[in-house]
This record gives sequence, structure tokens and C-alpha cells, in this order.
Amino acid sequence: MKAKPVILIAAAIGFAVAMISCGSNSTPTAEQPAATATGGGTPVDPATAGTVTGSIKLDGTPPKMKVINMAAEPACAKIHASAPAMTQDVIPGDGGTLQNVVVYLKGDFSQYKLDVPTAPAEIDQKGCQYEPHVLALMTNQPLSVVNSDMTTHNIHPVPKNNREWNESQPPGSAPIMQTFAREEVAVPVKCNVHPWMKAYIAVVGSPYFSVSGKDGSFTIKNVPPGTYTVSAWHESYGTQEQMVTVGAKESKAVTLTFKVAAASD
Amino acid sequence: MSSPHDLRNVHRFAVFTACCTFLLLIAGALVTSNDAGLSVPDWPLSYGSLLPPMVGGIFYEHGHRMIATLVGTLSIVLAVWLWRVESRRWVRWLGVVALGAVIAQGILGGLTVLFFLPPPISAAHATLAQLFFCTVLSISLFTSAWWQRERPLVADAGWPSIHSLAVATASATLLQLVLGAAFRHKAFGIIPHLMGAVLVTGLIFWLAGLLRLRFANVPALRGLARLLHALIGLQLLLGAGAWWSRIYSAQFPQPIPVMVTLTVIHTVTGALVLATTVMVTLACYRLARPSGAAVGAFAAANGSSAGQSQHQGAL
Repeated sequence: MKAKPVILIAAAIGFAVAMISCGSNSTPTAEQPAATATGGGTPVDPATAGTVTGSIKLDGTPPKMKVINMAAEPACAKIHASAPAMTQDVIPGDGGTLQNVVVYLKGDFSQYKLDVPTAPAEIDQKGCQYEPHVLALMTNQPLSVVNSDMTTHNIHPVPKNNREWNESQPPGSAPIMQTFAREEVAVPVKCNVHPWMKAYIAVVGSPYFSVSGKDGSFTIKNVPPGTYTVSAWHESYGTQEQMVTVGAKESKAVTLTFKVAAASD
Repeated sequence: MSSPHDLRNVHRFAVFTACCTFLLLIAGALVTSNDAGLSVPDWPLSYGSLLPPMVGGIFYEHGHRMIATLVGTLSIVLAVWLWRVESRRWVRWLGVVALGAVIAQGILGGLTVLFFLPPPISAAHATLAQLFFCTVLSISLFTSAWWQRERPLVADAGWPSIHSLAVATASATLLQLVLGAAFRHKAFGIIPHLMGAVLVTGLIFWLAGLLRLRFANVPALRGLARLLHALIGLQLLLGAGAWWSRIYSAQFPQPIPVMVTLTVIHTVTGALVLATTVMVTLACYRLARPSGAAVGAFAAANGSSAGQSQHQGAL
């Protein structure tokens, strides 16, 4: 009679140990091998390709950036000792412009063979902030995650259409290489060790994308002639779109404006 | 049957385990409130080691795991100890149930990490934590000298019976904690939790009122009624405060201390409310006799020795 609970306890502990052994987190692999090209058609002819350029404007008074308290992470607090780290969700550019807006073309590119860049897009963790705050890459383009900090981070994208993953990256470790297989604008990225760390990775199905810079400008090159929707996405203000027709060797300029009061997506 | 003297040490150990479990509940609530649940991506090790750098969210997540390991170890000792010294078969098995619960709880905790905090598993993890706490508290009560001493049974007249109302209140409180956990882990919104709060508050006031009315001369039940009143009042205030702090903290780039403090205290006070309703239920079964029930039959049904009349012995 007394042997029964001992057997039960042993079985329970054995089961727990088995679960522990099976449940160990192995290093996740990339979603799928990066393709070198997408679409089954012909390459875009550089002799006829055009350009879409433009500027992202912000209508209204932008919200003030907030101070981030990094007291929980001394290694990073030291880096920002002279000037405190600020939030990066709305960064106005010069002359009423807006930075960190993902701009990409929507259209039918099925007739073209679009090369997937083999050079990885890089996102760095520096001073317990992501650099850049907004990154765009093509589906299946390699993503390289670097840790320049003297502290441990975890990199945790929270996608809706792609595979979720969460990897730790101690200081001095090799870059983490990943890919995203499906278009998604944009995938939030966070570090749960440092809850203020937030970034966005826009995964675009074509190479026709850009992120607005310090002056709010963007340039999308090597665009085949045709009519497209220029789609602009911002993490706080959502999406703005505009149609554009690009002729052979033509450079078209567009301006997209976000309103401060606009609801975010 | 073991005498109260025989069980004095195991009772103390059970109380110690319950205290450590309460500490574990606080640690778990801190993980959620600090959004640190995935700060350690691997499990069961943390960053491949037993002692990772305790910075940022890792401090909360790995600290939670360390306290959980302690409570798991205490549960093993408690189960084995009960089996060796406790003569009541059902108490021995309750120790085994507690051990099974803590193992299941560890596995659920691991699954939340490996599957990126799926709301159903995270809510189940939060709920089982409260059930485990109540189980260990119950073991503490059953092994206490108070429980084992012969006590007069007090007749319970009127509708509803205090037994039924106590069971309904404890069940509704458990449901409310499930709703709270589901809200906290983003399974759904606040409305079901608010509706649950109305139901539980009503039931607790009803139960506490009946306890004071019908058992005014039973100090234990009168004291528990006062405790219920105090806890539900505190919990309502904390709930309002936690909700306000969540809205207020939304403008900040990271969890702020006032939000973390209020939500953690609200969560663990919820555990205390559930534990109190369970203790009230057990005390009612221990002290009150439904009117119309034959004393002998009632005592026999609860496992006490046959032949006692107005006294019910230890179960």
C-alpha cells in the first residue's frame, strides 16, 4: 500500500523531467531558405526603369518624445548619462516632415523576376534601443540582428502573418540571422528584458520600398513602368496611399501627408 | 488517527509552504505586470544556465522560476511527509494532489514560454497557481490542532444553507479569478471581469452577512465573516486603482511602478479572497450542521466516528 504514492511521485517527477528534456528551447532556424528571386517573369529592364521619390509630411503638432528610464539596466543607463534616451514613435523631420515612414509600391509585379537582396538588412541593439527604429526588407531577405551592447537582449518579433520567434543574444555573440517569408507591414519587435525597446520591421513582397529619412524624403529606384499605389505606413498614424503612374525612365515625385489627429492602425 | 501532536511539525511545514506559495504568487504577478514573461526565451534553463544575469526583465522571470523551484521542492517534502505521518488517507492523497498540481504548474509555465504566452495557457497557469495555493492552505488547516479538536456542531437553519452558499461563493470567486487572469493575459476584455466582480461582491456580502447572523456565537465563523468584508472592500478599491493605473501608464514607454504595484497587489489580494472563501467553506462544513440532517448521518458522511451526537470529531 505504501509503495503506491512513491511510484506515483516517481512517475510524476519522471514525467516532469521528460517534459523538461523535450521542451528545451533549441535555436530556432530561419523560416525557410532565402529565395534568390521572386516572380517567374523577366528581369526589370534598367533602360526603361523609373524612380518614385517624394516626401512624407506631418500635419499638426507632433507629440513630445518621452524620456525612457533605463535605471533597470546600468550598462545602458551609463551610455545615456549625458542625454537621456527618448521614445522614437513619432520623430518629426525638418520642415514639417516625418521620419521612419515605410513607403512601398503595391501593384502587379508578376511579369517580372524580382531579385531578393542577398545582403542582409541589419538591425542593431545599441544603448538599449534599436537602430534603426524602423527597418524595411524584402520577403526572404536575410535579417541580421546585432547586439552592440554590453548586456543581454532577447529579440522577439510579434508578427501576425509570419512565424513568431524569440531568441536571446548575450553581449559579444554572433549576429542572429532570420528571414520572414510573408509580406507584413509591419512586424513589431520587442525586447522583454528591456520593455521600452520597440522597433518595427516591414516585410515587403517586392524590392520597391524605402523608409523616410531625417528630412522625410524617400526614393524607390528601378521601378518598371506602370501604375502603382504608393503606400506609406507609420506606427502611430497608420497608412496613407496615393496612386502614381511611372513612365519609362521617368522620375515621379509624390507627397503623402499624415495628420497628427489621425487614428493609428 | 494521528494526534495533533504528531502533526504539529508537518502542519508548521505546510504553513511555511503556503507562505512561500504566496511569495511565488507575488513573483508571478510581477512577471506579468513588468511584461517580462518572455525575457528568458528558453526553459527550463535560463539563457542556458541556472543563474543568468539578473538584469531587467530577467530578474523577474528567473526570480519567479527560482521561487517556483523552492515551492516545488517543498511540495515534494510535504507530500512525502504527509504520507509518512498522516493517518487520514484523504489528507495523504491531498498532499499528492498538491504535488501533482505544482508539477503541472511548472509544465504550464514552461509551455507559456515556449509558445510565446498563448492566452489560454497563461490564464490556466495563473488559475492553477491560485488553486495550488488553496490546496496547500487546506492541508495547513486539516493538519492544524484546531481542525482535529472535537467541536460542537452548530445547527444551520434557513435558506440557503450555509454550505451551499459558501460553495457557490468560492466557485464564483474562482470563476472571477479565471476571468481576471484571462483579461490580464489578453484573452478578452474587462467586461466579463467587471460582471464577475459584481456577482462575487454580492455573494460575499450575502455569505458574510449570513455568517454573522446565524453564527454570531461561533468566533471562528464570525472572524472569517469580518475578514471577507475587509478583503472584498480592499479588493474593490485595488481593482479600481489597478484599472486607473493601466490607463494612466499607457502613455509611458515602459511599465511604471504605480501600475506594477497596484496590479500585483490586486492580483494577490484576489488569491487571498479565494483562499478565504475556501477556508470559510471548509470551516462551515467543520462547524455547521444543516437543519434537518441527522447528526449521526452527517458526521458519518464526513468521516468522523459513528455514535457522536452533538460533536463532530476530526475528519
